[in-house]
Amino acid sequence: MDLVDGVRKGSVRALAKLITLVENEQPGAIEAMESIYPHTGNAYIIGITGPPGAGKSTLTDKITKELRRENYTVGIIAIDPTSPFTGGALLGDRVRMQGVSNDEDVFIRSMATRGTLGGLSRATADTSKILDAYGKDYVIIETVGVGQDEVDIIRTADVSILVVIPGSGDDIQAIKAGIMEIGDIFVVNKSDREGADRLVTEIKMMLDLSSAPRDWTPAIVKTIATEDKGVETLVEKIKEHREYLMESGTLALRRKERIRSEITKIVENEIFRYFDGLIAENRDIYDQRLEDIVGKKEDPYLLAKQAVEIIAKKISKKAGEYKGRG
Amino acid sequence: MNQDKRIRTLVAKPGLDGHDRGAKVIARALRDAGMEVIYSGIRQTPEQIVDAALQEDVDVLLLSILSGAHSFLFPRIMELMKKKGLGDILVLGGGIIPVEDVPELKALGISEVFGPGMTSETLIKYITENLSAGN
Ligand code: B12
Ligand SMILES: Nc1nc2c(ncn2[C@@H]2O[C@H](COP(=O)(O)OP(=O)(O)O)[C@@H](O)[C@H]2O)c(=O)[nH]1
Ligand SMILES: [Mg+2]
Repeated sequence: MDLVDGVRKGSVRALAKLITLVENEQPGAIEAMESIYPHTGNAYIIGITGPPGAGKSTLTDKITKELRRENYTVGIIAIDPTSPFTGGALLGDRVRMQGVSNDEDVFIRSMATRGTLGGLSRATADTSKILDAYGKDYVIIETVGVGQDEVDIIRTADVSILVVIPGSGDDIQAIKAGIMEIGDIFVVNKSDREGADRLVTEIKMMLDLSSAPRDWTPAIVKTIATEDKGVETLVEKIKEHREYLMESGTLALRRKERIRSEITKIVENEIFRYFDGLIAENRDIYDQRLEDIVGKKEDPYLLAKQAVEIIAKKISKKAGEYKGRG
Repeated sequence: MNQDKRIRTLVAKPGLDGHDRGAKVIARALRDAGMEVIYSGIRQTPEQIVDAALQEDVDVLLLSILSGAHSFLFPRIMELMKKKGLGDILVLGGGIIPVEDVPELKALGISEVFGPGMTSETLIKYITENLSAGN
């Protein structure tokens, strides 16, 4: 069966297989995404980020439960880092998602970053589109945030939720490092611990200090994910923010921006594939010239320029073949 | 750049068995061998395990059980695997499983059963050999 067809007809197996195909960038992946694209745009995408151990998976579980109560269907993408040494990854987010793990209308997919910087794996945006085309009402993306990494989530999600916890001191430092601007909603999780109210105040102060002009004042919600406390309020805030995005026209703008940066990424990827192929075809020459560059007999700029010229020729040749065919 | 196809595995603990050291040991060993390992956590129902295998599109399912309930839980899991069209996934068992129970488990479609003293090398060799033979 054609995987895209299968996805559109509601086959979970096809959904899982298509995600693998796209994640592995196997032949047919781009064509599949081409057929998926027209069916996207209906799901609402929630991004959850924050330091390891903040309770993101537990919160995802509870938010999903809340959405399920209203009969919305949910797709979850849970991202954990790939080990830079072995290429392997331990993906443990499902452990905290027991509450929704045998619900037919919840699909959970664990993903490794596979070397991508920025907290998301390269296939995250495509996987989110596949879940959207499958018919999920909400897609939740959980990503590990370390410092600057959170920034990528806004390019993929409609709403970005930043999870912090009291009593770890460096959290506020992390927030200061430029990510204050990305949170649409701040969650102070583990509010059963001391210092939650202080943390709320600190975030509020920081938001007041921030000079960025905004129409939406980021909400701050206290939760205890393990006890399912504050999650209802959090879901209300998510919806309030969604209404704001719709009414102000910001949602359309954000999505347009997202497509814009996706196009750049797709082009980058495409050209990079040519470059990779070029090196593979000319391994010996490349290695030799690399030596020469290291030995200062040649410079890297010339080599890069020549590579681009060859790639441009290859592309225009391929475009010619394309025209000839159709 | 093309992504290599990574081996995806699910390490699951069915039933009420709380012995999770062995499961964690093999999860880490598989990760260190370059595989992607989804860990389910303890106290999983057969339904939860099979759904996870389906959604995560794993190549290998590893069931760890030390409680003695394998003869009850494994048949249920294997039945669901077939029902959901997952008969092509390599399934391994391990933990405290008496040798006399092994033939019965293999008849269900479980490829191999491992116990205490198994080395990581043995397991990884078994997986890579049997996956490349199967695919
Ligand atoms: C440590 C231990 C505990 C710890 C567990 C801590 C934990 N979080 O894991 C504690 C003290 C909590 C405990 C409790 C109990 N235990 Co206990 N426990 C053990 C003990 C001594 C060692 C298990 C262990 O951790 N081994 C180390 C790990 C690394 O080895 P492993 O699990 O065997 O895994 C290796 C291999 O088997 C293999 N492997 C394991 N799974 C898989 C899966 C696959 C797919 C593959 C390929 C390989 C593989 O790879 C691993 C690495 O080589 C065993 C006895 C023993 N010698 O095995 C009893 C034992 C398992 N426990 C037993 C019992 C009865 C209990 C209790 C019921 C006792 C009680 N009456 O309260 C409780 C039940 C707890 C529960 N909720 O399930 C019995 C089980 C009897 C049976 N099966 O018929 C045993 C066998 C002791 C005995 N001889 O009676 N236990
Ligand atoms: N005390 C307390 N612990 C929590 C809370 N939320 C999550 N945890 C625990 O924090 C640990 C990490 O949670 P997890 O959801 O895996 O965090 P993640 O790494 O951000 O996904 C787990 O042991 C949770 O049970 C909370 O509100 N209060
Ligand atoms: Mg997590």
